[in-house]
Amino acid sequence: MNTRGYYGIFGGAFIPEILVSTFDELVEAFEKAKNDSVFWREYEEIMSTYSCRPTPLTFAENLSRHFGGARLYIKREDLNHTGAHKANNVMGQGLLVKRMKKTRVIAETGAGQHGVATATMAAKFGLRCTIYMGAVDVKRQRPNVFWMQRLGAEVVPVTEGTGLLKDAINAAFRDWITHMDDTHYVLGTACGPHPFPEMVSYFQSIIGQEARKQILEKEGKLPKGIYACVGGGSNALGIFRAFLDDPVELVGVEAGGKGLETGQHASRLASKDGSIGVAQGYKTYFLQDGDGQMRETHSVAAGLDYIGVSPILSALKEQGRIRAEAVTDQEVMDALSLTIRKEGLIPALESAHAFAQAFKEAGRLSREDIILINQSGRGDKDIFTIADAFDDPSWKVFIQEKANEYAI
Amino acid sequence: MPFDSYLKKRRAEKDILLMTHLVLGYPSWETCLQVIESMVKAGVDLMELQIPFSEPMADGPVILQANQKALEKGVTVRQCLNFAREMAGRFDIPFFMMGYYNILFKFGLDQFATALAEGNLKGAIVPDLPPEEGHEYLRVMKQQGLSPILFFSPTTPDSRMGHIASLARGFIYCLSRKGVTGADTSFSQEMAGYLVRCREATSLPLAVGFGIKDKSDVDFLKGKTDIAVIGSQTIRIVEQQGSGAVGAFIRSLR
Ligand SMILES: Cc1ncc(COP(=O)(O)O)c(C=O)c1O
Repeated sequence: MNTRGYYGIFGGAFIPEILVSTFDELVEAFEKAKNDSVFWREYEEIMSTYSCRPTPLTFAENLSRHFGGARLYIKREDLNHTGAHKANNVMGQGLLVKRMKKTRVIAETGAGQHGVATATMAAKFGLRCTIYMGAVDVKRQRPNVFWMQRLGAEVVPVTEGTGLLKDAINAAFRDWITHMDDTHYVLGTACGPHPFPEMVSYFQSIIGQEARKQILEKEGKLPKGIYACVGGGSNALGIFRAFLDDPVELVGVEAGGKGLETGQHASRLASKDGSIGVAQGYKTYFLQDGDGQMRETHSVAAGLDYIGVSPILSALKEQGRIRAEAVTDQEVMDALSLTIRKEGLIPALESAHAFAQAFKEAGRLSREDIILINQSGRGDKDIFTIADAFDDPSWKVFIQEKANEYAI
Repeated sequence: MPFDSYLKKRRAEKDILLMTHLVLGYPSWETCLQVIESMVKAGVDLMELQIPFSEPMADGPVILQANQKALEKGVTVRQCLNFAREMAGRFDIPFFMMGYYNILFKFGLDQFATALAEGNLKGAIVPDLPPEEGHEYLRVMKQQGLSPILFFSPTTPDSRMGHIASLARGFIYCLSRKGVTGADTSFSQEMAGYLVRCREATSLPLAVGFGIKDKSDVDFLKGKTDIAVIGSQTIRIVEQQGSGAVGAFIRSLR
């Protein structure tokens, strides 16, 4: 028996005895696949023919001019099939599920993007699928619930706890503890017990591998900084991993919610409110009280509204390799507006966190500098939240009319 | 009396021992006290007292909600330890603390073990701490002469059972099936085979828990195991019939 999956003091596998053999099986399947050169090719093949890889790198000319500083490039993970980087992880785990010969998948979802991606993979690979989603998130990400159901997944609203992402994770683990024989838990981010942080960030590393090649081809040099939003940390690690040994500043942007001083945020690394703990199977920074009870979190972006963070990011933060920042809901809405108007791009609310921080810093850099923003997903799913935030009058009329039609 | 001798002596008197489970502070401290009192009177042999946690990953709906409601009432770890210490002073049966690892981790492993020892509690049950992650925990428990209760499950291979047994003290908690607390368990031939494997892996006493609700479940376990653990069912009885019904329920089990 050995202890695996540590990044500095973070990580590990704090799992109930009943799941130990399931994790042994998963670790073995993942290690085998990783060392099998055919596997990554199989993975790239499906991502290029079924998803949209390689995703392009878009030069944001208007925004660059607007800030008058660094040249801004955007890595377009929103163009993946199902609209977010989540597809990278899900298809990778799907290939593993086939190798392990399991017939059912379960997943948690916050913004719904991971749920939609998992339900899509299940439809394509012919697997039964159950998605756990916090009851609060079911309400604010209703369009994604609709799609998951159309894709044939059962969506279970989780009312326990805070009704958010962390509670969906607990519910998924409870299901897995009962059905591990035929079921794989497709965890959606680089968190949870080993091997999930390693495995999820490995599949997501395709983002950075492509981006590094693309920027070198286009500009002949590396960027000065890279900006990515951090929920669990999978899109951030996905783009960061290929640049870890380069002289490139890596900036992870968390949800500052209503402001760090209000306590209503989900900032584990950038605020002083995070402390080291062990929950949901791994050791990392959590938003918790002195007794170790998890606190309530808040973000306008459901996908960032989480108590923990990837143990890999915690370790990189302690090593000083990444910089952690947080932006407020308001700053996010402003950045979103500007991006839509200037570039005709609609980032997800999650992704807009990375934009907001990059916008704060772009003007201070020189025109020789390049910065790269990871647009982890597209904002269509957020139409209700965004319309609310902009207090859009014509949208309200439309919803009212639609409601009247149904009321008959 | 040391815990091991207590277990031996009781086991010589009864064909199976009963361990019950309680979420501390739920539904109230007074009710907890009443329930413990009636259980001890009704002949419960040992008890596990759960410190509520916001993320009880391995618990089913009944215990999950009890955890949540206790926390809503403001139950703290300190209160739990103080209450447990008071119970251990008042009632002459062994008490164990049960809790998820973050509670111990945040409290400080050393401080936690010291608090248990000073409170005359016998050990701890930590469902999300496999021995691979528990070196420090096992060390401090040993130092204080406490029992770290480890688990066997139906998915645990024989070789791993042997290793777990070599690190455990007090008794081994055998999970009756795959799944979380509270759901039904089928007490079948398959389970009997699993319990034989458990028996062969260790000379420590065996406790079996998850899904034990009535006399027929307990009868099935007689001769196969030393301790039957009753968890969710007592919470259900208290919720549905009040703490007064607990004594009769326990007596109905053997
Ligand atoms: C579009 C998008 N970006 C980012 C995230 C945050 O997750 P992670 O930090 O794992 O990339 C989510 C999560 O749901 C998401 O949907």
